[in-house]
Order: sequence, then C-alpha cells, then structure tokens
Amino acid sequence: MATLELAIDEGFAIAPVARQRRLGPLFWAAIGWMIFIFVAAALANVLPLPSPTDMDMLERRAPASMLHWLGTDGLGRDELSRLIFGARISLTVGLCAPVIGITIGGALGMLAGYFRGRFETLVVGSMDVLLAFPPLILALAVTAYLGQSILNLTCILGVLGIPAFMRVARAATLTLARREFVIAAQALGASHARILLRELLPNVFLPLLAFFLLGVAVTIVVEGALSFLGLGVPPPISSWGSMIGEGRESLDVAPRLAFLPAIMMFLTVLSFNLVGDTLRALTDPRQGAL
Amino acid sequence: MLGFIARRFLYLVPVLVAVSLLTFLIASLLPGDLAYVILGDQATPEKVEALRHDMGLDQPIWWRYISWLGHVLEGDFGRSFRTGQTVLQAVSERLPVSLELMFLAEILGLAIGVPLAIACAVRSGSAFDRFMTGSAFGMLSVPTFLSAILLIYLFAVQLHWLPATGYVPFEENPIDNLRFFVLPALTLALAEWPGIMRVLRSDMIATLQEDYIALAKAKGLKASRILFVHALKPSSLTLITITGINIGRLIGGALIVETIFALPGIGRLLVGAIYTRDLIILQGVVLFVAGGFVLMNFIVDMLYAVLDPRIRHGHA
Repeated sequence: MATLELAIDEGFAIAPVARQRRLGPLFWAAIGWMIFIFVAAALANVLPLPSPTDMDMLERRAPASMLHWLGTDGLGRDELSRLIFGARISLTVGLCAPVIGITIGGALGMLAGYFRGRFETLVVGSMDVLLAFPPLILALAVTAYLGQSILNLTCILGVLGIPAFMRVARAATLTLARREFVIAAQALGASHARILLRELLPNVFLPLLAFFLLGVAVTIVVEGALSFLGLGVPPPISSWGSMIGEGRESLDVAPRLAFLPAIMMFLTVLSFNLVGDTLRALTDPRQGAL
Repeated sequence: MLGFIARRFLYLVPVLVAVSLLTFLIASLLPGDLAYVILGDQATPEKVEALRHDMGLDQPIWWRYISWLGHVLEGDFGRSFRTGQTVLQAVSERLPVSLELMFLAEILGLAIGVPLAIACAVRSGSAFDRFMTGSAFGMLSVPTFLSAILLIYLFAVQLHWLPATGYVPFEENPIDNLRFFVLPALTLALAEWPGIMRVLRSDMIATLQEDYIALAKAKGLKASRILFVHALKPSSLTLITITGINIGRLIGGALIVETIFALPGIGRLLVGAIYTRDLIILQGVVLFVAGGFVLMNFIVDMLYAVLDPRIRHGHA
C-alpha cells in the first residue's frame, strides 16, 4: 500500500469487478465521511476544542470525560483535538502532494503522448529512473537530507507521484490523439496548444481525477508511515501517523491511543479508494469486468 | 531471445547510471555539509576545512561523482564514520534477514491469496465471492503499520502467543527464528494477498470458461486437479507479474515492519542511519536497494519473456 507506482498498475491492470453503474449507498457513505472530515479539519480552530499541544501531566492517558471527550494521550494532551488537528496535516499533505503530481505528471504525460518522438523517450526514461527507487526509500532518504517539515514532505510525496500521473495521462492521450475529433481539429488548422487544451484535456481530465483520488489515499498512507517512524511531520505537530506511532508505546495500557487514529486513517483512506475506484470504473470505457 | 536480453540489458545500464547519479546528487547537493555532520556544531572552521579537504569535499562535484562511482564499481560503497563498518559489511550482514522476511511474506501472501482466488472464481457472484472481494478491497486500505499494530495487540499483548519484537539467527535456533518472523511476515502478507486475489480471481474466471476446462471436466478429472493444475497454469504469468509489481511495495513494507518488530534487516539499517545521521551508510544503502530493485525488475522481465514468447518478439 505504500507505493505510488503500484496503485496505477493494480488499478489499471485489473479488470474491475462487475459493478453496477448506479452509485450505491457505500459510495455516498464514503462521500459523507470525506465531507465530515474536511469540515472538522477546516473548522479545527473555530471548534470549542482544548489545545492539541497543551500537556496536562496529572491527566495522562485519562479516560473519556466531559473535559476530554476521547480522553488524553501519554502526555496529557486532548485526544479528540489531536485527532482533528491531525486530520488537518494528513489531509493537507494528502491533497497537496497529488496536486503537484497531477499538474506536472499530467502535463508531461499529455505532451509526451501528443508529440511522441524524442521528447516522449526522454520523459518516459526519466520517469523510469524515478521509478527505479522503491518510493518509501526515496521519500525517507530525501527527508533525511532536506530536513523534516510539512512543505518538504508535501513536495517529496508530490514528486514521487509524478510518474504514475504521467503514465495515466500519456496512456489516455495516446488513444485519444488518434480519434476522429482530434484529427478533425488538426485538419481545421487548430494549433497544438488548442488541441491539447480544448480537445484533449477535457477527455484526459476525468481518468486523471479518478486517479487523483486514489493518489490522495496512497499519499495519506505514505505520510502516515513516515510520521509513524518519526520521520514525517516534526513534533509537536500531530498527524494520524505520528499519533499511531506514539500510541504503540502504550498498547498494553491504553490501546485506544493507537486505534482511534488508526480507525480515522483507515476510514479516510477507504473512502478515497472507494470513490476513486467508483469514478475510475465509471470513466473506464471497458464496460464492467471480463 | 538473445536480442531481447541484449536490448533490455542496454536499457539497464543508463538507468543504473542515472540511479547512481540521483543518489549521489540527493546526498551531495542538499543542505548540511558532511564535514559539519561528522564534527558537530562545535567544530572550528579550520578543522572543518581540513576534513573537507581530506574527504575530497572541496573538489568539483562532477569529479566527486566520478571518483565515488569508481569506488562503488570496485565494490567500495564507503565506510560509516560512526561505527567504522563498511556499507558492504553492514548490508551483507542484514540482507539475509530482509530476504527471509520478504520470502516468507510472499509465500504467506500466495498461500492466502491463491486459494481464496480459486474459491471465489469457482463461485463467482456468490455471497462468499462478494464478501471476499469486498474484504480484499477493504484490506487494500489498511496500511502496513496499521495491521502490524493490530497483530501485535492481538497476538503479543492480548494472547501472548508470539513475541512482539526480537530476532534469533536461523543457524542458532530455526524454530525461534521462525517464531520471531511469524508476525512480521503475516503483516506484510496481509498487504499482499488482496492484490494477488483480485488479479488471479478475474484471471481464473476467464480461464474457467475455456473449452479445455470443459474437456477436462468431461474426461471426469477431479475438480481439485482441474482447478489447481489445469486452470492455474495459464495464470502463472499473472502471478509472476504481480510478484514483480509487488517488489517495490514489499521493500518499503519490509522497512516499516523491520522497524516495528526490531528485525535487524536492511530497512532497519536505513532507518537507523537516518536517526543517527550516518549519511555514508544512508547513501550506500539507498544505492544498494535501488540497484537491487532495478535488477529484480530486470529479472522479472526476463522471466516473463522466457514464459511468454509474444513479449520477446514485441507483440505484447
């Protein structure tokens, strides 16, 4: 689950399970959960929450109470507040990094698929070099040298996503560029820029968007893994990954400290996967499976 | 066939060179001079300058890359300035642990994924099939470190069946060695089986509709023989593909799992090097892992071409 490269191969090599074109209740539940998490994260400063970083050494690992709805963690910090502020970090990194990937990777892929030739060889070749590193290893090594910060983390995870988005955009462009409407536009004397932006982009965008959602899921997981190892967001900022990492120390006395952020992360990742996969199945011209 | 191998091999060389260049650049261009890291904050500028000169850090960057690459090609990946151990020693000490972990994980993943895939394909569309397909999809959303925590909680903290952390060399005590490997390997296998099952399942559903399966049934062959021998055989390619695709994730997963379960493998070496800012080890291990990853992908490609003649002739 930790590679950005894998998601594409899996998503696109597997014929999706036969699926109705109607969006089921699960899809809407996933959308609902995403909205809920987004609103909570966006309003974190406004909500009447205790500070996520204030420690209360007398109230360490306290059970749920009126003051602390979900209890406190090993340093006496409010668990609910840390979960919501953690959602901010996980969602910010999880959304911003794929934006970098979809912008650069999408543009490169479309240009490579449209112009072909040397440029395509160069793009595909340099992506192969990036893919030659197991993603988590590269992310770890670069953070180690660059230093831990949210900006660095976002940039690294974004760059790691470029090859996957490039492949999706290029594959879609390659097939579309041979279609009649593109040839017609060319015959009418449309410029390359016009064909790319007005004819190809609207058609490449939907598969890219579906893949974007899957990219968000993968990014949240990788960010979580890095923070879990203590090599992602720097403390005292809370992210779900670092909370799970801290909760691991007290699995025997207060397992909820690890399991609450774990459940949040699982539900969020599952929602993005579910919505992304549904959208992909909808935009996939190969009807259903088999 | 030879032409295909030669072509793939010619492609391998520039990729490996680019990988070494990128590894070197990451380590050299980013902030934090190695001399400062070694000497600490208290170092006088003269001392730093002297060490920079000793280490060749005052040379132009392209020259440093060439000489570093020259050393690497001679098998000299550098030496840790913390422990004095060479990268090659450190890696060769820990490689068997990582390989054992990944091997066991892949075996376990196949042991869970393949029978489930067959069971689902036979009764495709049934409640069991839908349940397993759904579970597999859900499992794809469970990060490795999450299932690790869950397994530790269940089997080590609650049931006390298995140790949560530790390691015994295989030569010393094979049984204990395997006991320490159960939870880490299972953690990785939990991430592996959904992919295996999903791909193999749709593959098998298609295979089971082939005429030769009907013939095998008509001949009165046993169902188990038809499923595990006749129907599984054409999917061997698919299994190799998934295994190949999984290697990258497996390496990343092994890194996390080794850290959580305190297994002295390559991943733990890398994470440890990051914690202690042992940059030479870090650079060496990254290069080693990336190089190994490229070679493994190359081998998978070769294997694929051996099994499927269409690929080496460029039709697929």
